[in-house]
Amino acid sequence: MAKLDVNGRMHEVHADEGTPLLYVLREELALNAAKFGCGLGQCGACTVLADGEAIFSCITPISVVQGRKIRTVEGLGTAEKPGPMQQAFIEAQAAQCGYCIPGMMMRTQALLERKPGASEADIRAALQPHLCRCGTHMRIVRAAVRAAELMRGKS
Amino acid sequence: MNRREFITTGGALIVSFSLPAFGQKLPGALDKEPMLDAWLRVGTEGITVFTGKAELGQGIKTALLQIAAEQLAVPMSSITLVTADTARTPNEGYTAGSNSMKDSGTAILHAAAQARELLIAQAAKQWGVAPDQVSAQAGEVRGPEGKRASYGALVQGDLLHVRAQPQSALGKARTVMGKAVQRVDIPAKVTGGAAYVHDLRLPDMLHARVVRPPSYGARLAALEAEPVSSMAGVVKIVRDGSFLAVVAAREWTAVQAMRALRSGAKWEEKAKLPRDIYATLPQLGSQDTVIAGADTTPPPSGRVIEAEYRRPYQIHGSIGPACAVARYENNSLTVWTHSQGVYPLRGALAELMAMPPERIHCVHMEGAGCYGHNAADDVAADAALIARQVPGKPVRVQWMREDEHAWEPFGPAMLGKVRAALDASGNVNSLQYDVWSNTHSSRPGKAGELAAAWSLAKPFEPSPPRPIPQPEGGGDRNAIPLYKFPSRVTHHFIPEMPLRVSALRALGAYTNVFAIESFMDELALAAKADPVEFRLRQIDDPRARDVIRLAAERFGWDKYQKQNGRGRGFAFARYKNLAAYCALAMEVNVEREAGDMRVLRVVAAVDSGEAVNPDGIRNQIEGGILQSVSWSSFEAVMYNDTRITSRDWGTYPILRFSHVPQSLEVHVIDRPGQPFLGTGEAAQGPAAGALANALAHATGVRVRELPFSPRRLRAVLSA
Amino acid sequence: MAVALAVLTGFGGCASHERLEPIQQPPSFSREAVAKGAELAHLGNCMGCHTAEGGKAYAGGTPIKTPFGTIYGTNITPDRDTGIGGWSQDAFARAMREGVDRDGRHLYPAFPYDHFTKLTDEDIAALYAFVMTREPVRQENPANRVPIPRAFIGVWKSRYLERGTYQPVAGRSAEWNRGAYLVQGLAHCGACHTPRNAMGAERKEAAFAGGEAEGWHAPALNSASPSPVPWTVDALHEYLRHGMADLHAMSAGPMAEVVRDLSQVAEADVHAIATYVVSLDTRNDAERKRVREAALARAQASKAVQGNVTYDGSCAECHNRGRAEEGGALELPLGTALTIPTPRNLAYIIRDGIVPPDGERGAWMPAFAGALTDEQLTDLLIYLRALSGQPAWPNVAAEVRQISRGH
Repeated sequence: MAKLDVNGRMHEVHADEGTPLLYVLREELALNAAKFGCGLGQCGACTVLADGEAIFSCITPISVVQGRKIRTVEGLGTAEKPGPMQQAFIEAQAAQCGYCIPGMMMRTQALLERKPGASEADIRAALQPHLCRCGTHMRIVRAAVRAAELMRGKS
Repeated sequence: MNRREFITTGGALIVSFSLPAFGQKLPGALDKEPMLDAWLRVGTEGITVFTGKAELGQGIKTALLQIAAEQLAVPMSSITLVTADTARTPNEGYTAGSNSMKDSGTAILHAAAQARELLIAQAAKQWGVAPDQVSAQAGEVRGPEGKRASYGALVQGDLLHVRAQPQSALGKARTVMGKAVQRVDIPAKVTGGAAYVHDLRLPDMLHARVVRPPSYGARLAALEAEPVSSMAGVVKIVRDGSFLAVVAAREWTAVQAMRALRSGAKWEEKAKLPRDIYATLPQLGSQDTVIAGADTTPPPSGRVIEAEYRRPYQIHGSIGPACAVARYENNSLTVWTHSQGVYPLRGALAELMAMPPERIHCVHMEGAGCYGHNAADDVAADAALIARQVPGKPVRVQWMREDEHAWEPFGPAMLGKVRAALDASGNVNSLQYDVWSNTHSSRPGKAGELAAAWSLAKPFEPSPPRPIPQPEGGGDRNAIPLYKFPSRVTHHFIPEMPLRVSALRALGAYTNVFAIESFMDELALAAKADPVEFRLRQIDDPRARDVIRLAAERFGWDKYQKQNGRGRGFAFARYKNLAAYCALAMEVNVEREAGDMRVLRVVAAVDSGEAVNPDGIRNQIEGGILQSVSWSSFEAVMYNDTRITSRDWGTYPILRFSHVPQSLEVHVIDRPGQPFLGTGEAAQGPAAGALANALAHATGVRVRELPFSPRRLRAVLSA
Repeated sequence: MAVALAVLTGFGGCASHERLEPIQQPPSFSREAVAKGAELAHLGNCMGCHTAEGGKAYAGGTPIKTPFGTIYGTNITPDRDTGIGGWSQDAFARAMREGVDRDGRHLYPAFPYDHFTKLTDEDIAALYAFVMTREPVRQENPANRVPIPRAFIGVWKSRYLERGTYQPVAGRSAEWNRGAYLVQGLAHCGACHTPRNAMGAERKEAAFAGGEAEGWHAPALNSASPSPVPWTVDALHEYLRHGMADLHAMSAGPMAEVVRDLSQVAEADVHAIATYVVSLDTRNDAERKRVREAALARAQASKAVQGNVTYDGSCAECHNRGRAEEGGALELPLGTALTIPTPRNLAYIIRDGIVPPDGERGAWMPAFAGALTDEQLTDLLIYLRALSGQPAWPNVAAEVRQISRGH
């Protein structure tokens, strides 16, 4: 039995400690946002935050993140009350199939928390580990730039 | 409950038989499904619209809701849209070919307009007034002297159970059609809502993984299953011939068990993959069809220019590997699937499972972008076969990344040869184009198109491939230039498939437009003409001319100043010569020593007829351009004599943010009242052509083999 | 003091330091010469020092950290003002063989002319043809930050620069000699793989006994090779050509760049390099066999051991399968990164992964940066070292902290 702090709440999970975090998030905690894309740390679809650091949850066992604050897209707001990152992505209509988007959002969140004044070039560089097959890159960058504005309190 | 049962209990609609009217062809998909209430239901509980098409991430749900809402004069939020479900919606075949707006959109446009007119007529009858004194707005019908009635209250008996009529007076209001309405599916996708079949969680659901063979036709010769069947959490090992899978209570257990099972499996492999596909293709037997200019086109003579263009096998590469959930119970099967065609899939599963189709229910749920025929149907088959071994329990199967890369049907390798001659004024006087290709569709249909079926103890054979006829075309899609000069075009259809292939977005249009538009620039160079001006003087279609001029003008084509290592390129095509028009210009920078090419900016112009959702059009064109830049810059399936060797994103690299342009503009020409034109595949061909042309301009070297990878560029630029 | 002054004023019999006149324009070159020069440039990995990250090819600006300060790779494009556009072939040859620029100034031996001095005239001519036909780039580069006057280099040269073209060794095969010529000359392997003395010169008596490059340890290539399975020519050829050898390693860090360059060089030359390098390990066959078998046995034994929670959850899934299995990775007890004197290489690999450059194909080790805390990484490194059977690394925690801070 392990304890995980996810989006501000403690959860007791039954999975083996060697289980990658992604499976625990999706299966035991029924969280949809983080996705399986490759299981190899190559595409970023599984990205979540652990103590503010963006990590590939598909290759990180829960044993390694116990005691850390894990955050997923669900922790950024809700459909009724979207947070600034979510608002920005909706405003920019930054999705086609949308499968890669949660990973993009979490990586951007980590960047902007660390560097609120991040430039567009910073954003593009930070998103290098992420793949999007639909070709939504331009909108993702626009959404991230907008999220930075919203998070800095401009409107 | 199925649709027929529902209809008999709902307040409005009764099953009865209608004779088809003679002569008149109904608009869009109404022609195949002419009953109005197959498309719409109005009752006291609200309005439901049914479409046989599926949301693939292209925004179709939103666009169809816009159409229905406009014509019914109701807010979008008051409509429930039901997509692709064999129990509930019309059979619209596959969501493919960029036909959804043309087929389903047009059907719903007319059906909703007709329903509104029927409601108005009903109210007028009830109130004893002339219909022109009655109007419909905001979900209710209003008459003189403050008379009002809700739609739900008005629908009585079989009001909507009538045959569709094409509407001559479609609603002219554009309060929601033509607007960049926000996508209805995006909020859930960015807030962790359940949005994909991957997110489906059912009580007692089990997880399964398939141990796929290492190569085509491999046979499972020996299996050491004991250690795996006794692993904690493993529920069952499923084996039927060489089809091998493991079922577990937890997903990670299934993954680990699958890996352990694979290491205990011994395979006999027999596949022989071709060393040099471009040498092999013309040697395989082909069925040759002249699809244009057979009688009228003289062969090119005089100063003849010719070139051969090459395109390798390429993958769909959905970011989310294919997934399906199936439950088998009491000789019935339910499958939740992101297949592009739930009805054809049902037929194939019926054959695979030896069950009557009526006992199979396929429901579409979204997957990751599929970009054509990917592994969605295959995983549905896997899930069905496995579910039958654990009756009563839903089984979720997701493919591993490595399996998807190796087993999904690829976009076929193709060869295109162009010959043309210029006349004294520097215009083309005759062009000849030959294209060699496998089929671009091996969709189920039949069980023999499902990967699992090939491994069973009693396997199913793939159906003999057939070409998709013109004017749609498969390998010959967009092989006929839209330009006005005479063209003789021959499609060499190759039935034998060394690698598994099927429809990849744009089908043959990607290669053919790449070839033809590259060649147009080679001709323009020989004619010492500007590439845009060269195209304009040889094309008459005014809508083509409009997009060409708009793209060139917004790019600043005439003002462009070439710098060292940089270049600009232009291309144009009308998808299938029937659908959307797309012209685009791009600028690239090439670092010779590293072979590194980056697109700096792109300007596109597109004409999709009446633009129901202009932002949706822009999104599709942006996406199509970037997808094509990825294919064209990096992508080729790798294989050795026996096996596919490109198994992950390291061995099959695709576009990353480092290679995304600094700017990408899409200018939409809206044509209100004009038919909707399919847009989702309009940009791929022109983007490849423009990229090839920009590369040639930047470096002075013409590259005719895709992809323009760093390795290839280093080789050709240093020579 | 007087001695020091005498030393500083050029004692040591260096060749002429006169300023050579600039040429007005470069001569024309045959396609063959340019093509040959291109291959030689790949063998020498000229891009590595003469192209900055994201910068224009050969335009310099690359910071090269040495114990004496930071030196910036020069602009060797044929730009007249900021590059070598005004250099004659003689000037170029003098720089390559003697480490003197066109103005007659000594070049810091971070430019490995102590190796390039071995080049034949033909090869120098071909390299000249190549550099003079590159895209000219106008780029001023930062000034070197090395507090040692150039004049002092004269002294250094008198002690450490052995001028002269490579002389084939009798009794050795043509392939071996070719390999020796390339390794000792253009490929300058010793520049990283040989330890250096306090003056920054390679210690000839310890040739190929291990060195460092850009923070990475460059392992010994001689009999002291830390590779658990001794390299064979085939394995090393495979590694140099494709970046990976089944029972050995995956090229990472600075070596990844070298391998990318070697993939554009004639296969025969890569094979020659492998032939020569493997010959540096003079252990006899019996000894090499014994070492190999011990290593394979150790790898087999540690597969079954579940000893570390981080390893089991993060690494075992791929690394316990072995390369032969689909999706498998190197069995770590066979990895050189575990047996070298420092944990740095392994720490870099775990933190950053091994990722091919954009658009290039290759094997992929994911990055665990952010996933592992410093403590977890330290713990994992100690565990992996124990798998190797070597004595513990000293101060692993301190090294990890340094690396965390970006060093």
